[in-house]
Amino acid sequence: MTEALPMAGIAPAQVNLAGLAKNDYRGAPSTLCQGCGHNSISNQIVSALYEMDTRPEDVVKFSGIGCSSKSPTYFLNRSFGFNGLHGRMPSVATGALFANAKLKGIGISGDGDTASIGMGQFKHVVRRNLNMVYIVENNGVYGLTKGQFSATSEKGLALKKQGTNPYMPVDICMEAIASNATFVARSFAGDPKQVKELLKAALAHRGIAVLDIISPCVTFNNQSNAFHSYTWGKDHEEPLHDITYIAPRSEIMLEEEMKEGEVREVALHDGSTIILKNLDKDYNPTNRWDALRILEEAQKNDWLVTGLIYIEPDKPALTDIYNLVDTPLNRLTEADLRPDPASLDKINGLMF
Amino acid sequence: MNKVVNDFSITVGTKNGSGSSTANNTILRSIFKMGIPVSGKNLFPSNIQGLPTWYTIRVNKDGFVARREVQEIVIAMNPDSFARDLASVAPGGAFFYADDIKQPMTRTDVAAYAMPVKELVRKDPNVPSDFRDLVGNMVYVGVLAQMIGIDLEKIQSALHFHFKGKQKPIDMNMNAVRAGAEWAQANLEKKDPFYLEPMNKTEGMIMTDGNTAAALGSIYGGVQFAAWYPITPATSLAEGLNDYLPQLRKREDGKHTYAVVQAEDELAAIGMTIGAGWSGLRSMTSTSGPGLSLMTEFAGLAYYTEVPIVVWDVQRVGPSTGLPTRTSQGDLSFTAYLGHGDTEQIILLPGDVYECFEFGWKAFDIAERMQSPVFVLSDLDMGMNQWMSKPFKYPDTPMDRGKILWEEDLEKIKNNWGRYLDTDGDGIPYRTVPGNKHPLSAYLLRGTGHDEHARYSEDAALWAKNMDRLKTKYDTAENFVPKPIIMKTPGAKIGIIGYGSTESAIEEARYQLEKEHGVKVDFMRVRAVPFTAEVDEFIRTHDQLFVVDMNRGGQMHKLLAVSHPESATKLIKVAFNDGLSATASWVRESVLMKTNGRPSSAKKAAAKKTIAKKAAPKKAVSKKAVKESAAKKATPKKKGAK
Repeated sequence: MTEALPMAGIAPAQVNLAGLAKNDYRGAPSTLCQGCGHNSISNQIVSALYEMDTRPEDVVKFSGIGCSSKSPTYFLNRSFGFNGLHGRMPSVATGALFANAKLKGIGISGDGDTASIGMGQFKHVVRRNLNMVYIVENNGVYGLTKGQFSATSEKGLALKKQGTNPYMPVDICMEAIASNATFVARSFAGDPKQVKELLKAALAHRGIAVLDIISPCVTFNNQSNAFHSYTWGKDHEEPLHDITYIAPRSEIMLEEEMKEGEVREVALHDGSTIILKNLDKDYNPTNRWDALRILEEAQKNDWLVTGLIYIEPDKPALTDIYNLVDTPLNRLTEADLRPDPASLDKINGLMF
Repeated sequence: MNKVVNDFSITVGTKNGSGSSTANNTILRSIFKMGIPVSGKNLFPSNIQGLPTWYTIRVNKDGFVARREVQEIVIAMNPDSFARDLASVAPGGAFFYADDIKQPMTRTDVAAYAMPVKELVRKDPNVPSDFRDLVGNMVYVGVLAQMIGIDLEKIQSALHFHFKGKQKPIDMNMNAVRAGAEWAQANLEKKDPFYLEPMNKTEGMIMTDGNTAAALGSIYGGVQFAAWYPITPATSLAEGLNDYLPQLRKREDGKHTYAVVQAEDELAAIGMTIGAGWSGLRSMTSTSGPGLSLMTEFAGLAYYTEVPIVVWDVQRVGPSTGLPTRTSQGDLSFTAYLGHGDTEQIILLPGDVYECFEFGWKAFDIAERMQSPVFVLSDLDMGMNQWMSKPFKYPDTPMDRGKILWEEDLEKIKNNWGRYLDTDGDGIPYRTVPGNKHPLSAYLLRGTGHDEHARYSEDAALWAKNMDRLKTKYDTAENFVPKPIIMKTPGAKIGIIGYGSTESAIEEARYQLEKEHGVKVDFMRVRAVPFTAEVDEFIRTHDQLFVVDMNRGGQMHKLLAVSHPESATKLIKVAFNDGLSATASWVRESVLMKTNGRPSSAKKAAAKKTIAKKAAPKKAVSKKAVKESAAKKATPKKKGAK
């Protein structure tokens, strides 16, 4: 990273390669609860994009409805954003990203927005491999309507006004893999370093990157025994690996030397690399079967497996399939879009 | 027997999925090529194979092409509908039937012709056995051609068009046509009065359906993004985009300037459409009633957040799944306020296939100018049936991309710009779209309350102010939507108000009213909501106005009554829908029964006529229902408008 030259009389502002200070990535002050996991995720989004030298103008934010979906207000003021309808963020993002295939989408959703009302659109946006990081800020509860069960609430969870949850939870990562996701990861809002590295990898991935981040609700679902609480998460987190994201053309410097057989490198389409220091030495994140196995085992054993669960870096993203012109579609003009008058004569000749 | 030339209807009864559409289209195209005004209407079941289906061709030398209740010629190919088909022939009409249908001939007042369809097809060794049913349909084309005088050369050219010049199917089908014609010439004696004679009234005309026209119009409007979900009767609109975009927007580098996405449902279809419209693409979706119901939440969002999109609703009969393959104007009230809260939508109402093309491109201009959804209400009859038309006219105005700001535009006004700031006083703010690199261009669109700079707000005064601006913007739309078409008759004091595909029936009714009853009627075809000043003027200057709606409730009647309360008592509801398209006689009789200040002799004559008319048993039920609703309306009880 280049240092900005200090100027006389003004405190030197740290800028990245895009020439922007970290403040250029921030949003409005959060109105979510103090200590909400979502705020921590917003901060990591700011850091990740700042550190990756991405211009905010090259990112578009999307969200649905719920506490999580409010958070795009709290980061990237300089990015366009669309805070739409409950469970319908994926379709809006799908249409919007056709306007300029170079834009990267960041979609913020919650467990209700994704796994209940939005399950259909979630599965289909995954299937289409839209070029977007799809973050589920998963707290296992409906916060904005004050504490009802969600589809990811664990069976047996007791909530104040709801009694005990009788249903098995939906596993968002498993659903994503079942729908042929090309990048699936899980993390824990209480582990900001991992969140940030996974975010960087997800942002570098071309295609859909599903990030299921367990993000405890400090107000309605933070009893120490609840699956989506800080205490439970800290006690039960089973990281698959230590993850390090290496930007393209950057010199690879590892903090410590990794042992042979434990290190896995995954090259992303833009030349960047993710280095995974495996804790589970058999784990291979490019194998769907292994990914489903590890999720199944985690469910059986009450583990919170975190890390990069599955990746398939070379599949074309949605807009790539459409063979679009190089100019962003929304910059095209009448000359590109309206066929000439002679063509209409031909068409009229065919109408019979 | 007096010859009846170029003025009758032909109905063909077949089984759904039996491949009769090629045969029926061939008849239609051949007559069109003979220069005779003609229309074709498919009455089909919601079924892939097996249920009865009918195709009606109306031939009319004066150019009236609306549906009629009467059919003079009936061709029966389906044993399941034989009895019904036989009963439907007008007295003195002609009845052709496949001679393998062994059912009693119960009528003596029609000319009956048995056709040896199977036998003739079997004689041709070049027809493979699995093609016999398909080709068999061509036998009735040949028999009919011989008996009423369709030029075989025109049939040949119609087949050439249909099979895109592929010689083998052309020959196979043409052989069956010839076999039918030759057999008829040798064996049948003409016992009916119906003949075709060439005219020159279709010269320079085209023939197409509204969905194809809408797709083409959208392409000439520069459509860049379309998302859709299959639904009858709108499917062929999206398929039209898929058919024509690759040819019409072909580039040397082979790359695409558009994307068409089949969504997982209508929720996603309109969601994608809104995403693309928000990002600055000319974006559309097409659907029908049930799909529109699903799109409602998003429609409200797009209204409130001011996203330009175009939504085509090819109406079918509702409520609920209703009659998926029948026509209606039942979505007008629903669309006018589509969305919860104070939503008002802009609606375009094309009246024919020509306008389906025209509104196809204009809808994008209006949507982008108004930064609003624009709904285009077509219907099954217009969308899926074949209509004659003037050739499509190339857009006569450049694309209007509305108040969109790119980097340099924004730089100029950046100190006085907010996404929802009305600097021009017309209610329309300036918008930026993703990909704009200006650091001040971005905003977060939200369906929640927002201020002029798109920031979250729950402030009461700000909310009310913004809603007032949206109302101002809606009023501004009156300057951009199509004005009504007005047809005057000198001396007329009363008028008919209609919209959409009922135009052909209304025009015919006006002609009959003046010619046969001496009743002079003006006509206004409304082409958009909100109503323009011309609509107000027309209502103001007439004593009595018949509002024709193809729905039960009189939806246009209600909209007009609400927006013109001072004239509400002048507006008379003429509303009915049984899934079949409007007829001139229905419009005519409705007007006659309710016209004020008319000589009583004319009234009596009209009443007598309606009772006497029971020619077509199939339609008798609906006809009766019309009478009942008409009778009810005769007493001036205000029910519709409150």
